[in-house]
Amino acid sequence: MHTTCYTVADVWRLLENVTDPEVPVLSVVDLGVIRHVDISDVYGGQHVQVTITPTYSGCPAMDMIAANIRIELMMAGFQQVEIVQQLSPAWTTDWMSESGKQKLKEYGIAPPASGFSSCASAEADEQVLVPCPRCGSHHTQLISQFGSTACKALYQCLDCKEPFDYFKCH
Amino acid sequence: MHLPSSIDFTLHLADDCLIMSQRLSEWTGHGPALEQDIALTNIALDMLGQARLFYQYAATQINELRLKADYVPKASYPVDEDDLAYHRMEHQIKSHLLAELPNGDWGQTILKVFFFSVYKKSLCDQLLTGNDAQLAAIAEKSLKEIRYHIKWSSDWVRRLGDGTVESHERMKAALDYLWPFTGELFEQTAWMPAEINHEAIRKYWTESAGNILQEATLHLPQGSSFQTGGLKGIHTEHMGYILAEMQYLQRVYPGNEW
Repeated sequence: MHTTCYTVADVWRLLENVTDPEVPVLSVVDLGVIRHVDISDVYGGQHVQVTITPTYSGCPAMDMIAANIRIELMMAGFQQVEIVQQLSPAWTTDWMSESGKQKLKEYGIAPPASGFSSCASAEADEQVLVPCPRCGSHHTQLISQFGSTACKALYQCLDCKEPFDYFKCH
Repeated sequence: MHLPSSIDFTLHLADDCLIMSQRLSEWTGHGPALEQDIALTNIALDMLGQARLFYQYAATQINELRLKADYVPKASYPVDEDDLAYHRMEHQIKSHLLAELPNGDWGQTILKVFFFSVYKKSLCDQLLTGNDAQLAAIAEKSLKEIRYHIKWSSDWVRRLGDGTVESHERMKAALDYLWPFTGELFEQTAWMPAEINHEAIRKYWTESAGNILQEATLHLPQGSSFQTGGLKGIHTEHMGYILAEMQYLQRVYPGNEW
């Protein structure tokens, strides 16, 4: 039986191991979906409560993310893992970590433009220059606001001609 | 503590999203171009996600107030989102008639998404500042998705309306077909929260939709004779077919999962 006593910071580190099934280079911490971690001592061990927020309402990855968090923490020795869903404030790509954005780019997905914290309108997206994650050119065009998953838009680089995904501002 | 009337309202919001989503899903694999097929599928998925959030909330309320007998034929508690989506009968479903109408051609589908999304935006703006914190949270989440739906559908309305002679004629036909079902969007019922201002929604909708249609060289019809009944569970002949397809599996194999 595990007698290790974890701190909240330890749990955050463990959560770094849980990745987004659709974008496996991003951890759930990078993605910004973890809102709170609480630990309480109960008889015979520790109880951990992880509050998560969905990216998109219909994102099918969210159920899997919740299951993977549970598995990760139970493997680490927690016997009681509670996952709570919180909707407000609504998730925004501004919560994505800088290292997460870098990882996305290296993976071939253009990271969400920063500095558009409000993301007030879809028109704003069209004014954002999205650099090609492969050749770095800003000479790119929007093909479709909707891509292979709910969180991505489809772009094409007009210089290297490669189509690419853009993790859209949300 | 929530009054039971808000369960009806939450279910109405859920039903609208579910029936829209189910209809739009029929386009999966049939879109005019791969990107547009994917776009519409994504929109259907967003609506399904919103429907789930509303159903989950309604289920929580039903379980807390022990009111399952009023909503769903289930032997024991707890009631969940799937029970509410798959085990309610046609007369219990309170979606707007607009949602269940057949897709028709691409233009008719686009116009329906556009009309519904503009309405939904205005409604969610009001829910955002309403008394129900959970509905406000779902509205906040939905609004971020709805703005993409409006952008995408309005681009298409302009492109088709102000396109070729053929596309313009088809959009005109779609407008004539859908128009009599738009008035119901602003209908008030006893189970709607009094704080919802339907007149404000109508004003916003008429102005926004009117502006885009004008850019598309189309005009809002003047007719003011509208179809109604969806909010009372009296649906068109199309609804039964949707439910037969959507609910079949859960009715034959209750509780079955992937």
